[in-house]
Amino acid sequence: MTDTSVAPSPSGPGPYFGAYGGRWVPEPLIAALDELATAWAELKVDPGFRSELAALHRDYTGRPSPLTEVPRFAAHAGGARVFLKREDLNHTGSHKINNVLGQALLTRKIGKQRVIAETGAGQHGVATATAAALFGLDCTIYMGEVDTERQALNVARMRLLGAEVVPVTSGSRTLKDAINEAMRDWVTNVATTTYIFGTAAGPHPFPAMVRDLQRIIGDEARAQLLERTGALPDAVAACVGGGSNAIGIFTAFLADPGVALYGFEAGGDGADTPRTAATISVGRPGVLHGARSYVLQDEDGQTVESHSVSAGLDYPGVGPEHAFLADSGRATYRAVTDAAAMDALRLLSRTEGIIPAIESAHALAGVLELGKELGSGATILVNLSGRGDKDTTTVARWFDLVDRDAVQE
Amino acid sequence: MSTSVLERRFASVKATRAGTLVGYLPIGYPDLATSIEAAITLTQHGVDVLELGLPYSDPVIDGPTIQAATTIALEQGFRLKHAFEAVREISRASDAAVLCMTYYNPVLSYGVERFATDLAAAGGAGLITPDLVPEEAGEWIAASDAAGLDRVFLAAPTSPDERLRAAAEASRGFTYVVSTMGITGARSDVDSAARSLVGRLRAVTDRPLAVGIGISTGAQVAEVLTYADGAIVGSRLVTALGEGLASLADVADGLAEGTRRP
Repeated sequence: MTDTSVAPSPSGPGPYFGAYGGRWVPEPLIAALDELATAWAELKVDPGFRSELAALHRDYTGRPSPLTEVPRFAAHAGGARVFLKREDLNHTGSHKINNVLGQALLTRKIGKQRVIAETGAGQHGVATATAAALFGLDCTIYMGEVDTERQALNVARMRLLGAEVVPVTSGSRTLKDAINEAMRDWVTNVATTTYIFGTAAGPHPFPAMVRDLQRIIGDEARAQLLERTGALPDAVAACVGGGSNAIGIFTAFLADPGVALYGFEAGGDGADTPRTAATISVGRPGVLHGARSYVLQDEDGQTVESHSVSAGLDYPGVGPEHAFLADSGRATYRAVTDAAAMDALRLLSRTEGIIPAIESAHALAGVLELGKELGSGATILVNLSGRGDKDTTTVARWFDLVDRDAVQE
Repeated sequence: MSTSVLERRFASVKATRAGTLVGYLPIGYPDLATSIEAAITLTQHGVDVLELGLPYSDPVIDGPTIQAATTIALEQGFRLKHAFEAVREISRASDAAVLCMTYYNPVLSYGVERFATDLAAAGGAGLITPDLVPEEAGEWIAASDAAGLDRVFLAAPTSPDERLRAAAEASRGFTYVVSTMGITGARSDVDSAARSLVGRLRAVTDRPLAVGIGISTGAQVAEVLTYADGAIVGSRLVTALGEGLASLADVADGLAEGTRRP
């Protein structure tokens, strides 16, 4: 497969994506962000780095991830052909590893020995802990206390991998507060520590760097689909929390005007209710966690707590490139409710034998509607960003799948 | 004579004392009325410049003491309009310069120009903006110029010289010298990094420099004022206010001891 990943994105290298992006952080962090941006600009075109990362993708992660057509699922989507890009089959179970391996190599290049990260569902925390183990780095993961409870197994996985997991008890005790706490750690320990940011949000260079590292998803899928069907898809779909898996699959198609791009946000109880995480659908432009983008906020600019059954999408912000793509009309963003996502999760499990992460199930639910709109004969590519094993407890409770008197040892 | 309220204040304090004491308290903690009374109390106990913090949901540079206080203020129902009310009342009741410290999103959300106009109308001197760096600040610089407000940017030990110059040039009133790499909170010794950072800033600006983060005793204030123009105290005052207004007055008196000329 050709290496297209050094090609520039049509959205540009940052720091700005139209009116969005930038660096809205305390001055003490600027030097570290400059260091990362400079190192990344050198590293991403460095042949030695490219071949080392490619070898890790192949021999450690298991790339290229397969492309799976799912006709029994697609029968519920208006007769469209649906193809899943199987990021769930990556080592550690999601797309997060793509980004983390690149940032861990970057950490080694700039000579730091400690990494920190935030995590919501735990997927990015597990991926970071994995890379830290692989590269022999000290690792601290910040995770909202609410999430440590609903994703207890991932906490155990991170600890098993040698990471310290710090439950964050401030604010809403979810992903946004985990990011605040990781930022505070970074301000204090910036001389020794790299912050491995998990999504395509935050201050420059993170949105561009994470996109660059995740675009392999779309680069692979575009070539695979062309080989399989001889044509580009009519639509590409992904779930959007911060937006790293979505930008990862969108980027390869940005310059293909015939390919429609759809991001599905976590609607929670519904985008028209207060219990939602659909940032682009109902938020407005503002500044959160270092970038200008859409933010769920009240009339005073205070961040509003988001709500989603999916810990990984339960975030009141979104990456600035998505804000730009939304405003420009190049991509369309819609909200999917908790209930619709859970139904889609069960449908894919029963029709195809693939249990998706609740996050990815938002994209699947969106595609069930989208397929009906596009009609039979349309081809839809979906990023199946993660596997659902981590969600078994939540899903079992949702569908009442556990016998009441059953005891798990 | 400078058009900057804060620069004039720093200059007049210098005539009689070693330097300016800047005292931070969040608006709305433990409730709005008490926070106003507490700020006025500070001005009666040796604090020359008030830094009133606007509680915000995601205060990334604040440590546990200030986070806990601003969380209470938000739970008590703090709204932005209360900030303008507080500034108005405090300005009326004292002659201290009243500066607000706010993360940037509430300003953006309110409208940058409208925020500047309303703050000036309430008698405020300007803003400290901890998550706004000069290259993102074009709109605020224009609005504060138009409203005649001061604006305080941060300089950090990690900032290279060209960024120190940019921070000092963009600031009006004083430049906030971040004493140490870290978040707000009392520390037993104020980093020697502060002294060398002030030295680097003196090479690029003649305007006032105030050191903050970690200062909690009169002795530390005195030490900082041997090389800087102002000392900023926050978390120690918040802790004292938690014990009551009398305790706050005592702590302020102790800090103000540090501004006496040796």
